[in-house]
Amino acid sequence: MATQNLPVQGTPSARTAAKSAAIAEYKPLSPAQLAWRRFRRNRLAIVGLFIVLVFIFAGVFAPVISPFPYDKTNLFKTWLPPGRDPAHVLGTDELGRDILSRLIWGARVSLIVSLAATGIVVSLALLFGFLSGYFGGAWDYALNRMFEVIGALPGLLFQILLMLLIGNGILQVTIAISILGWPGLARLVRAQVLAYKERDFVSAARSLGATTPFIMTRHLLPNIINPLIVAVSFAIPGFIGAEAGLSFLGYGINDPLPSWGKMVGAIGRYLSSPNYLYVGIIPTVALALLVLGFSFLGDGLRDALDPSSDRARL
Amino acid sequence: MARYILGRLAGLVFVLLTVSFLTFFLMYNTPGGPFDELNQPLSPEAKANMMRKYGLDQPFYVNWWNWITKAVQGDFGMSYYYPNTRVIDLFSKYWGSSLMLGFLSVAWSFPLGAVLGVIAALKRNTIVDQIITTVALVTVTVPIISLIFFGIAIFIIGLKWFGFNNGQPLYHQPPNAWVLPAFIFGLGTVGALARYTRSGMLDVLGQDYIRTARAKGLSRAVVIMKHAMRNMLIPLVTVFGPVLANAITGSTFVEITFAIPGIGRFFLESIYTRDYPVIIFTVIIAATMLTITNLLIDIAYTLIDPRVRLGGGH
Repeated sequence: MATQNLPVQGTPSARTAAKSAAIAEYKPLSPAQLAWRRFRRNRLAIVGLFIVLVFIFAGVFAPVISPFPYDKTNLFKTWLPPGRDPAHVLGTDELGRDILSRLIWGARVSLIVSLAATGIVVSLALLFGFLSGYFGGAWDYALNRMFEVIGALPGLLFQILLMLLIGNGILQVTIAISILGWPGLARLVRAQVLAYKERDFVSAARSLGATTPFIMTRHLLPNIINPLIVAVSFAIPGFIGAEAGLSFLGYGINDPLPSWGKMVGAIGRYLSSPNYLYVGIIPTVALALLVLGFSFLGDGLRDALDPSSDRARL
Repeated sequence: MARYILGRLAGLVFVLLTVSFLTFFLMYNTPGGPFDELNQPLSPEAKANMMRKYGLDQPFYVNWWNWITKAVQGDFGMSYYYPNTRVIDLFSKYWGSSLMLGFLSVAWSFPLGAVLGVIAALKRNTIVDQIITTVALVTVTVPIISLIFFGIAIFIIGLKWFGFNNGQPLYHQPPNAWVLPAFIFGLGTVGALARYTRSGMLDVLGQDYIRTARAKGLSRAVVIMKHAMRNMLIPLVTVFGPVLANAITGSTFVEITFAIPGIGRFFLESIYTRDYPVIIFTVIIAATMLTITNLLIDIAYTLIDPRVRLGGGH
């Protein structure tokens, strides 16, 4: 559209020539470009994208940009409030560890867990959703039973029991939070597969000799991917919160790795004095910011990827 | 209808058998046991005796089956940690606080969320709508431990409006002890409800019968109160299930941070002491609540919306 709006000057004939040239070089926008255009209009979504990118940057470059090792204690410099010591911008905790460094490494832990959990959940959801939607029958029955059982499990209580069995750690937390998260998405995939598998373009492809894997990847997957992206962007905040919650209770990330939830949990004993509050406030704010970043991003993605839901924001 | 409900109850039996089996598997295979040094200092012979008495020298599935056969007769066993105390008595002792917290939070958050959702839908795409939807998104996505910590920092430590609970049951406490926990616990519900109500209302307002009602000369107020409200109930029922189940089983995080002696906190204590009968009972009660509320919701759908037919009819 940018080329259409080109200011065209000069004599009428020159104008016509320029116009036809503009039409000749006009290329229709791809769906991705259209989506980006709709996304850009949503200011909150841009803010969300920015927040998420900042945290991803911090997480990826944690070893380079964090001023201290995350587990370096300094018992001469405990409980430094933010700004007191120029070496410790955000202060130090009860063991004299630099809070900024722990915050940066915490971002890395939080992102690794939530993105890995997303990967697991999406793979399981695609696998079971496709199987039960496309083949139905026994697959459908099995998915429904699993959905019922997992839906009836009291999430946090079950995750704690599971963590007791498999022990603390990044991989363990990822497993514990993703194992309960996939049936909802699998049902979404199943519903999309059911909605599209009887469409004419699928029948046409099959009558032309397309194999089932081909139909699944080339005809069904592209129609599933958009609602899946939206659902996932809303699931990520849930995973971040779940990891923080488990670590807060002491059933999450293993020591000495920092986790925002663990940083908040450690302050519990010192809450009686307002002087120590900053140690808990800083990771709490980081947690809230990252989660909001993802959900604003998700909101923008929904408007961008699913124009039919235009502004009917759930 | 009766046949459908019977079928669902059979499903409930399957779900509870599976959930209890999984829980027994996890409990009995975690390191540590109820009669270890840490929990109860016993001589090796006494420990072996205790283990034999409670069948802990048997594999978990034997214990699981024994538990099932007793549970169907209403016998949920004695606590390992509190001598001569029935699990049911312990549970009912702690349940009051959780129930009170749950219902207090539902009592303020449900009406407010619904009203905000309706306002947002009626003022669609105005600044009011944007504020409500953004605030709702924030309260839904920010993890509960962040909300709790902000609440403590602002209202207890900063403004000194409230204090911490002293560990006594909530119903023996002045409002000072339960206003803030009920507020924080309800925040997420307000947001979820506002979002669902808004989208449900927008959906209804776009229907032909609303236009017809307006066209035949009914006032906007009458149309909204008489025609729209009734149909808007449908999305509300969806949120009600998880919220109610959550309210009944209590919020572990709120109970821990505010020292409220509820089910969530008691569950964590039972995990420290490996009090198996208490752990399995809590998980089963929570699973039953979740499944039954889901069933009630499906039945409620048919009562509100005659278009919905139970069981089949896809």
